[in-house]
Amino acid sequence: MALTSSCADETLIAEVAALVVSALNLEISPAAIAPDEPLFGDGLGLDSIDILEVALVVSKRYGFSLRADNEDNLKIFASLRSLADHVAANRGQ
Amino acid sequence: MSVLPLLAHSNADDIVARRGGESISLARFLVDVGRVMAVLPPCRHVLNLCADRYRFAVGLAASMASQRVSLLPSTHTLETLRQMAAFAPDCHILTDADPGQYPLPAVVFPPADEAMPSAVCPAVPRLDARQHVAWVFTSGSTGLPVPHRKSWGRLVTSVRATAAALGIDPTRPPTLVGTVPPQHMFGFESTVLLAWLGGGAFDASRPFYPADIVATLGRVPDAVLVTTPFHLRTLLDADLPLPGLEFVLSATAPLPTELARRAEAAFQAPLFEIYGSTETGQVATRRSATSAAWTLTRDVRLSIRDGQGWIEGDDMDAPIALADVIDVVGERQFTLVGRNADIINIAGKRTSLDYLDRQLAAIDGVRDGAFHLPDGGRDDSHITRLAAFVVAPGLDAASLRAALRERIDPAFMPRPLILLDALPRNATGKLPYANREALLAAHRAQDRMDTPEDVRLPSRPGESRITIAANHPAFAGHFPGRPIVPGVVLLDEAAGALALALGLDEPCWHLGSVKFIRAVGPGANMYLKWQQSGASGAIAFTLADDDGVIASGSLTPGGAQTP
Repeated sequence: MALTSSCADETLIAEVAALVVSALNLEISPAAIAPDEPLFGDGLGLDSIDILEVALVVSKRYGFSLRADNEDNLKIFASLRSLADHVAANRGQ
Repeated sequence: MSVLPLLAHSNADDIVARRGGESISLARFLVDVGRVMAVLPPCRHVLNLCADRYRFAVGLAASMASQRVSLLPSTHTLETLRQMAAFAPDCHILTDADPGQYPLPAVVFPPADEAMPSAVCPAVPRLDARQHVAWVFTSGSTGLPVPHRKSWGRLVTSVRATAAALGIDPTRPPTLVGTVPPQHMFGFESTVLLAWLGGGAFDASRPFYPADIVATLGRVPDAVLVTTPFHLRTLLDADLPLPGLEFVLSATAPLPTELARRAEAAFQAPLFEIYGSTETGQVATRRSATSAAWTLTRDVRLSIRDGQGWIEGDDMDAPIALADVIDVVGERQFTLVGRNADIINIAGKRTSLDYLDRQLAAIDGVRDGAFHLPDGGRDDSHITRLAAFVVAPGLDAASLRAALRERIDPAFMPRPLILLDALPRNATGKLPYANREALLAAHRAQDRMDTPEDVRLPSRPGESRITIAANHPAFAGHFPGRPIVPGVVLLDEAAGALALALGLDEPCWHLGSVKFIRAVGPGANMYLKWQQSGASGAIAFTLADDDGVIASGSLTPGGAQTP
């Protein structure tokens, strides 16, 4: 991945991980989510219900609405890093 | 013999669908149906997995016009696809995704033909009402999907009645925007068939994020939102500016009145709920903001026998048992009282604990296992996830989850998945509700932020048993002929058992709250489970038996405690 201004730093990754864990009441520590593991399916095992719940919390916290625009709905949630990158690129300045 | 057209539209330029702001005419649709018929292999059964609603509809129409039967299972896990192949070995998948990912032969939806359809519009297919159009599957209780036969006539009866009840006006056709997939019974009937038979259109997309739903609703004329309580709640909670709609349609789980009112105010439109099931089709509607009662949309009869609600009609082969407990409140009206114990509904997806238990048991290496819907999981406003207890020496949580994911819908994946050395089954081999709640409470109490989920617990959790003697003095004078245990006695017994278990010497209890949920009689055999909060010392307790919760509340010990 290219290093651009939209890449999330470790602080933001940890912050988003904490948000995911608290939004879904997961019984794991935020630090236990590997940044590049898939969040849904075989990885953390999230599904589309979780993703809508996290999307809501992310939009409230960072002040922007998630959009898929006919792309794969789950692309933003491919991994913790992709979600944090999406937040870094879209959050209110 | 009755013959029914595929759709109500008749002019070549009538709009049947929209995609990204573009309109798709009847002529274009019928040409596309012909193109798909040309690529379908010589098979009798089609498993139509097209994610795009327009392509799904074209594939369905092509299957119907060529006397093929569509298979509509309730989920598309690997195991379900294998079960479909076993059910109909000739079955082919029709897909608009990568065909290599399936364990069955798959045909790709042909690429779009941009050429304008010729001036001659193909004829609208007309089908014998008795033509077998689809097998729709429910999860059943045997572990195998249960097929339900749908003829074109029965689908038309169900959906035309809904269209009439909703007042859909073919001279002012709405565009239906669905957040539900066309393959599930509600989305199948309420987006594709409702547009076909009501003379309207549907949007080809299935918008997911709230902002995508709002954008889609905003770009189609006379928009109708077809959704579920879960999607509706997340949409309203997003606090986005919402467009006015013709109406909102919700199904799959009962919608709380408060949410219905919020939706009506937000969209400046009525919200209707649809009541139906895979077995019965759509049978009733209600305007949820103003009515708790459902009104039947078609000529069916309701009855209650031995507490079980039944529905029967000329378009059903036999009376069908309802999954919900109902109360008949008028000649053509009923209310929902509750749900049958074994049926569970997670974010609008239905299955039974029996079915899930059998899926678990079918995994290699699983010796014993049970799913559990935690207390509080019958409230539709929050998504409560299932838990599962599994005895599988030699399997770790990750491989168990991978095996389960092949078999069950993601919505039913257990969270937590608790590995045990044995399950505390009772003498009859059952794992009663109270035992499952106690297992879960023990797991949660032990759980710490850094503890992995698959930590192995001792096989016997802490719990107390309470039996109320049949000759307890409290029965004298209470409801002669039908003795029940007074609430104060239940509370007394619970406090006594707690003091004993926690080593407290006649503490002075402060009662925080108590709810008596169900009456029990003499000789009642109950389980008490509890959890003490570290901060306040308050003890949350639940009294339950094999049939569920009897009472719950909170007690705080004070006064004469042992040091």
